[in-house]
Amino acid sequence: MTENLEQIAGSIRKVALEAVYNGRSGHPGGSLSIADMLAVLYFDEMNVKPDDPDWKQRDRFVLSKGHACPALYAALALKGYMPVEEAKTLRKIDSRMEGHPDAAIPGVDAPSGSLGMGLSQGLGMAMGARIQGLDFRTYVILGDGDMQEGNTWEAIMAAGHHKMDSLVALYDSNKLQGDAPVETQMNMGNVVDKVSTFGWHTISIDGHDVDALKAALAEARATKGRPTFIQADTVKGKGVSFMEDVLYWHGSVTMSDAEIGDALKELEHV
Amino acid sequence: MFDGQTIEFWSEGEQVSVRDAFGRILVAQAAVRKDWMLLDADVAGGTGAKPLVQAHPDRVVQFGIAEQNMMAAAGGMADTGIIPVVSTFAAFGCMRAHEQFRTAIAYPGRNVKLCCSHHGIDVGPDGATAQMFEDLATMRAIPGVTVISPADANEFMLAFKAILDHDGPVYMRIGRSATPVVYSGNHDFRIGKAHRLREGKDVSIIATGVMVARALEAADTLAKEGISARVVNMATIKPIDAAEVIACATETGGIVTAEDHNVYGGLGSAVAECTAQNVPAKMKFVSIQDRFGKSGEHDELPALFGIAADDVAAACRYLVG
Repeated sequence: MTENLEQIAGSIRKVALEAVYNGRSGHPGGSLSIADMLAVLYFDEMNVKPDDPDWKQRDRFVLSKGHACPALYAALALKGYMPVEEAKTLRKIDSRMEGHPDAAIPGVDAPSGSLGMGLSQGLGMAMGARIQGLDFRTYVILGDGDMQEGNTWEAIMAAGHHKMDSLVALYDSNKLQGDAPVETQMNMGNVVDKVSTFGWHTISIDGHDVDALKAALAEARATKGRPTFIQADTVKGKGVSFMEDVLYWHGSVTMSDAEIGDALKELEHV
Repeated sequence: MFDGQTIEFWSEGEQVSVRDAFGRILVAQAAVRKDWMLLDADVAGGTGAKPLVQAHPDRVVQFGIAEQNMMAAAGGMADTGIIPVVSTFAAFGCMRAHEQFRTAIAYPGRNVKLCCSHHGIDVGPDGATAQMFEDLATMRAIPGVTVISPADANEFMLAFKAILDHDGPVYMRIGRSATPVVYSGNHDFRIGKAHRLREGKDVSIIATGVMVARALEAADTLAKEGISARVVNMATIKPIDAAEVIACATETGGIVTAEDHNVYGGLGSAVAECTAQNVPAKMKFVSIQDRFGKSGEHDELPALFGIAADDVAAACRYLVG
């Protein structure tokens, strides 16, 4: 299963990059850093029905860092929500694959792209489950930019206060934001400590280790009375050597024929 | 259409704050509908929702003073099938959390009802920071959002029932000051449908919210002078009732709009957009003339800001003269 999840993560990376290449713009770096999380969520953790995307009791997923949607569309396509070829029609005028997540896309549970609103939407979904006595769980992937938005901290405060234990935040800590490294642009210090003081259960892991991701999600599931915050230490551009830890590939960028060729070749060997 | 059993109306001529109607209809609807929740940001005492908090605390979700989170969470909650009724002051709901409403609610067309108090100089002594003059403009600018400003406490209760039945994002104003009851009880309130309160042929006054009572008062004054003024309650600002606007433009000598809102982007603009594209008409806007508010009693401020009944009458005389 672990091997399979790694293969799926590789496929997510390939489809996401082909989408950015076809779309002639997009954000590859942050798409690659969340590929392993998406593989584990969609192919191991979450209870969803691709043939019934609006199933009321489905587990919910919110990609708060919406610019990484090439990876989300890839995961949804590989899961069966849409043809894989459609996921590669990113940002085209005759395509559903909007430049940032549109809730009209099958499997996309929330709009995003304006940082800071994803955790709140996930909180609202978790509250909806509790109010109606439904047992679905809600997962939100946050990026470094999300952690700088005040709205995210309002959501952290409220989720802790309301003891929303069906809510899981996965923080894709890839340490590079749009224009500069996080450390120089707006250093947030120890994020896990801060979140912990708001009443969250916190876990720190390697965000590319699928076994660690599975274990952390299992631990979250077993945690009662507190939401769980998983700080996933990641590498921006993970899986493509010339993109790893290189700010330029945050995007939005256009990929050349040579670049997509080299990238896909590297990913073939995963 | 309405279940009159669940609404206890005030009597015509009484002075009632629309906030009291908000509390009353929330409690009444809590008993008959289980599909909505009130989302509050520590201002239930100010918005009028307190009676629900006291009678049905299980129907309230508390967000503390953090409106951006409340608004985006409402979007997520709506995705699960609950109708969130989000309530706060207009400055916070329509500006601070405006982008959350736009992106997390309106863009996906989620079924959220935003009901805000504290708009216009109707707020009174709290002064400029709490007196939101821009809410109709900011909410009207978002695609697909229905914008409603009821004339009085009784109409508010009818409108509240209607917005719960309506699928889609809605913004509705909750008046604060004690306001004359214009409607004695049930009337055929429909979203998007203007209500002609008085016939007239010389000029039309298209008013919304607290200005409807002042428009009626102005029409009485004008009648004594021999001027026949039509009075229309435009409770729904968006979508505007274009047929009624066109009728006023063609059947009377001009249109005076009356609103407790800045001159830009509210009712006057909405009516002018309609006339300009269909049947150009002489118009005057009775509204706040691009300035910030100030402290004062709600019955002192209208004259200072040019939106008293006398100002409506003067605008009508200008068009007729």
